[in-house]
Amino acid sequence: MTAYRYDYEVITQWIEPGEKVLDLGCGDGSLLRHLMQVRQVQGYGVENDPDKLVSCIRGGINVIQMDMEKGLTGIENGFFDHVIMSLSLQAMQNTQGILAEMLRVGREAVVSFPNFGYWRHRQSILNGRMPVSESLPHQWYNTPNVRFFTIADFDALCEMNGIAVHERLAFDEGKLVLDEPNFLASVAVYRLGRIG
Amino acid sequence: MIQPQSVGIVVPQKARFTDPLPLRSSGTLNDYELVYETYGTLNAARSNAVLVCHALSGSHHVAGAYAGQPGSTGWWDNLVGPGKPLDTRKFFVIGVNNLGSCYGSSGPNTVNPATGKLWGADFPFVTVEDWVHAQARLADRLGIERFAAVIGGSLGGMQALSWTLQYPERVGHAAVIASAPKLTAQNIAFNEVARQAILTDPDFHGGHYYDHGVVPERGLRLARMIGHITYLSDDAMAEKFGRSLRHGKAVYSYDVEFEIESYLRYQGEKFAGFFDANTYLLTTKTLDYFDPAFEHGGNLNAALARASADFLVVSFSTDWRFAPERSREIVYALLHNRRNVSYAEIDSVAGHDSFLLDDARYHALLGAWFDRIGV
Repeated sequence: MTAYRYDYEVITQWIEPGEKVLDLGCGDGSLLRHLMQVRQVQGYGVENDPDKLVSCIRGGINVIQMDMEKGLTGIENGFFDHVIMSLSLQAMQNTQGILAEMLRVGREAVVSFPNFGYWRHRQSILNGRMPVSESLPHQWYNTPNVRFFTIADFDALCEMNGIAVHERLAFDEGKLVLDEPNFLASVAVYRLGRIG
Repeated sequence: MIQPQSVGIVVPQKARFTDPLPLRSSGTLNDYELVYETYGTLNAARSNAVLVCHALSGSHHVAGAYAGQPGSTGWWDNLVGPGKPLDTRKFFVIGVNNLGSCYGSSGPNTVNPATGKLWGADFPFVTVEDWVHAQARLADRLGIERFAAVIGGSLGGMQALSWTLQYPERVGHAAVIASAPKLTAQNIAFNEVARQAILTDPDFHGGHYYDHGVVPERGLRLARMIGHITYLSDDAMAEKFGRSLRHGKAVYSYDVEFEIESYLRYQGEKFAGFFDANTYLLTTKTLDYFDPAFEHGGNLNAALARASADFLVVSFSTDWRFAPERSREIVYALLHNRRNVSYAEIDSVAGHDSFLLDDARYHALLGAWFDRIGV
């Protein structure tokens, strides 16, 4: 089982009881299991890792094997209430494509990601080394992450792509950050919608 | 966890039914027999039964072996047994031979009780729905109200899917493997070539070859050769045979030169030695006719609305006869209906045949799925 992740608590608050939820990159299904327990959601996960698929199936979590880089073809428009991607967006090549797909098949999208602009990360770069932290736990040579971006970068992308930011919460290793999140927060969680 | 074992020596059983079975094609089968095997023990609550549905050339002999018959191992023995993914210490597993087959259940090579003669070409067309209906009667006979699971690959997967539509209240879980909600035109085309090979064989005699003491072996051989090409992937064929030449160089002959020719001829020969041509014709038509969406104007979402089972759908990356796309059609139609469904696409080089092979990831997945099923 994956360790409990504090973005789960925020995500849970945004989900209404009984919703249809899609969790992209659902891992062993722990977030979906949590949402099924406390929100009675009808949950489906998407995974492409064979071992994680087995974990989901062993745990009774609905999981659909799919390469998300190719989009969510086959899932109907607006089918889900929420489409979640927890700490996986930075590991996707097709950032804009998947965001568009999440908002196609979901009424809202929930996205969390590590903030590359976090002050400790900046300090690390200033000291000449790539950051390694709780939110960026890998070394540069073995990280699954392929996109490195900040909260400010993501805000700009949403603006450019016509994505509405309904809500944003930022955290410094578990503690809520209200001021200067792009500098003081290690992780951000967004609730996104379509404009109009 | 014990070392996976065989179910050991098994003995087929036979059940006779005299309640007329209405057929989709027309008429009824008034008096018929089904051959089946069981492995494991039905629990007191009768809640641990799993039905295994066979494909085109399969039978009731799913697991174990027959006494004194070396090489008689069941066709899905790697899946079914104590400590295997479909664990017979937990489940009571049933393999049943379908109507129209040539392995003992009523079919073209059995006696028509009404005439006292072999059915031959007069055996009626039977559909997946008819098979499932007959299987349900066998379940009644065995005192099984509801299956914990129904599982099948290829044409067997179609039966598993059909179970969830014909008897939704009688199926807890369904595993639909390397299958499709209907055949594509290309797939029907392959079946048609195979049928034409048999139908145009001079020894076919309109299906009444038993009366002439002959077998349309040439047609059967060709039919099986075509089948084998489509069950393997291009990669698997290249890996297994490549362009290997028996004599190391071209000898400019129509005898076997390339190893792939040898393989196909061997497979065709072997098959023609034991399989029945009328069964091959009937069963390929059964495949072609399967299309539960047809009576819903082609709308699979509407067709699958009746299903209430929890589904596992599995496909194989190099299977082009029953491609992953076809499995995904089932998955998305189930998703549309908010059914519990999981889907895995197993990386495999072996094409359609993959579903019969002992692949670690595939079996881990099935094992996890069966573990989860409460009985």
